[in-house]
Amino acid sequence: MPKLIKQGQIVEDSWQPVDADAASTGTHQILSLDQWLALTDKAGRAVQLEPGQAPAPLFDELAQIPLIAINFPVFTDGRGFSYGRELRHRGFTGELRACGHIIRDQLTYLRRCGFDTFQMADESDLAAALASLSDFSEYYQAAVDQPLPLFRRRG
Amino acid sequence: MYVYDQYDQLIVDQRVAQFRGQTERFLAGKLSDSEFLPLRLQNGLYIQRLAPMMRIAVPYGLLNSTQLRKLAEITRVFDKGYAHVSTRQNIQLNWPRLEEVPDILAELASVQMHAIQTSGNCIRNTTTDQYAGVATDELEDPRPYCEIIRQWSTLHPEFAFLPRKFKIAVCGTAEDRAAIHAHDIGIELVPNAEGEIGCKILAGGGLGRTPVIGSVICEWLEKKHLLTYLEAILRVYNQNGRRDNKFKARIKILVKAMGVDAFREMVEQEWVALKDGPATLTEQEIDRAKSFFTEPDYLTLDATEATSKLTAECVREPIFGNWVKRNTVAHRVPGYQIVNISLKATGFAPGDITDSQLELMADLADEFSFGEIRTTHQQNMVLADVQMDQLYTLWQRLQKAGLATANHGYLTDIICCPGGDYCSLANAKSIPVAEAIQARFDDLDYLYDLGPIELNISGCMNACGHHHIGHIGILGVDKKGEEFYQVCLGGSQAKNASIGKILGPSFSQDDMPDVIDKLLTTYLELREEDEIFLDTYRRVGIEPFKERVYAKAD
Ligand code: SF4
Repeated sequence: MPKLIKQGQIVEDSWQPVDADAASTGTHQILSLDQWLALTDKAGRAVQLEPGQAPAPLFDELAQIPLIAINFPVFTDGRGFSYGRELRHRGFTGELRACGHIIRDQLTYLRRCGFDTFQMADESDLAAALASLSDFSEYYQAAVDQPLPLFRRRG
Repeated sequence: MYVYDQYDQLIVDQRVAQFRGQTERFLAGKLSDSEFLPLRLQNGLYIQRLAPMMRIAVPYGLLNSTQLRKLAEITRVFDKGYAHVSTRQNIQLNWPRLEEVPDILAELASVQMHAIQTSGNCIRNTTTDQYAGVATDELEDPRPYCEIIRQWSTLHPEFAFLPRKFKIAVCGTAEDRAAIHAHDIGIELVPNAEGEIGCKILAGGGLGRTPVIGSVICEWLEKKHLLTYLEAILRVYNQNGRRDNKFKARIKILVKAMGVDAFREMVEQEWVALKDGPATLTEQEIDRAKSFFTEPDYLTLDATEATSKLTAECVREPIFGNWVKRNTVAHRVPGYQIVNISLKATGFAPGDITDSQLELMADLADEFSFGEIRTTHQQNMVLADVQMDQLYTLWQRLQKAGLATANHGYLTDIICCPGGDYCSLANAKSIPVAEAIQARFDDLDYLYDLGPIELNISGCMNACGHHHIGHIGILGVDKKGEEFYQVCLGGSQAKNASIGKILGPSFSQDDMPDVIDKLLTTYLELREEDEIFLDTYRRVGIEPFKERVYAKAD
């Protein structure tokens, strides 16, 4: 089973990756946005957004989505960072996963944007990736992990 | 100037450690070229034609003498003994070694400096007026807002992988010396109807392949909303800016494609979610930022006496008088003067400064200007607070070091990017063109007769030399593998900003001094009274210049 970094731990993934061409999908399968939109009963179903798929269509259903994955096919395409913040801002409390070609040097930023699970393209050194989450211990901006900007916390 | 507290220091130190790790992984083959690329760019490191090029951040162009001495030491120990002032007020090293960059960053951190986000597709160094705080026409000092923006944009988690680079400039004066119209976001401090100073926000300006003058997105914004509003603009851009074509990825293209009104509406919608949230600036924070930019301990001087004494010195020694006239500017405080130090001596690459000159600048800053110095986007330096009665001594010291070239604002005060000598993106060299023009027009009387002229040179479309907004702009182009130069006229970075118009077919490098000569002769023949080049051009248009330059010799 593929491994993940989830809330600071290395765990096994209990979800199956997106299969956009599958006609029928199991409840443990992450759905593409189109598959998810086509469902009549969306409760408990996970969905994945691609770059260019802004999260607005999910906003009304956030309470019943257990997992939203955001794909970064190219790690320099940073749209997903904003999608993460938008989703958390709208009150999404489920698992927010970054997947695709993310590199460990981005994990702090991703976490700050509300992501709590990271599926690395390169699973060979998850311990090092996990460690990079502690590269920084202080930040200037308000973000999801620390809603108060530094200027409101400076002693 | 701003002084780090333990938080600022911690963030910069942790960044150095992070980059050290990244460099080690790269050198050990654990990080691919393409993965390392954006990481090193965001620490100011390019791999250039001959060696890496490293860009050190000089936030809004302000340096103290300790930092200058450290920079001198760095150029000596890690480079070839000189540095280069860039058009974004930053300092560049042309010959650092990749494996030593983490050490350079650690040295910088020891004097509260860094190279964070000096390149890459992220928010770059915020720039401002080089006369901030001392200008006679200033409404409010822009530097506290620059510092607030610096902190907000530093390692911003959401905006580190934007479609393209993003540049912000702030100005607080009637005359715009920060070129805010040519920035992705330009901020001008302006009063509203009640006289309260707030921010006018422009977006979508920029140079490069498609030069555009920024559009007003918000006429007046209460200061406390500055960061949430910027965040809204960036969020709209991050999600909607084009990523399929790097030449169409800047925010100017998005604003154009959407139309200013639709863009503004989208920003306002996004802003609703952020407005009055925790990122709203507190009065306390604005005051804290301001507290670092209070007046130094100016003496109470008798301006009349100081002025008459200075006038007498100028008469006694005309070369000094000339330098005072050309390179110094009136100061807000009686008895003080702003001094521009030209880094455009003939025979040196524009903006270059040696290690010993850097050290001298540090000494002069300590002795004459409260220990501070400024870099300018014209690639010069400024001592902002010099007593009039010390100008003569200062000038003598500068002269000895070859730093008293009295060409500030004149033709040979050329803005010039590193070009083909250093930059791997270049189509053509730019420094030799600048040097040839400087050598040809080194008669100061002729230069002064020409009056103020801005001549800007870029080695390619990326326009680091801001050629579009020079009164005369020169752009290096590639024609079947050969270097050619296109000329444009009529650009301006001032309040009434304009983008230069292309003169016609391009020229070879050898032709350039002649071409400039013809343009200048045309101007001198056509100018009325005290008209400067730009005004003559605006009055008569491009035709007379075109005719002269492309006339067939018979
Ligand atoms: S304008 Fe082009 S050649 Fe000049 S520094 Fe910029 S990228 Fe390099």
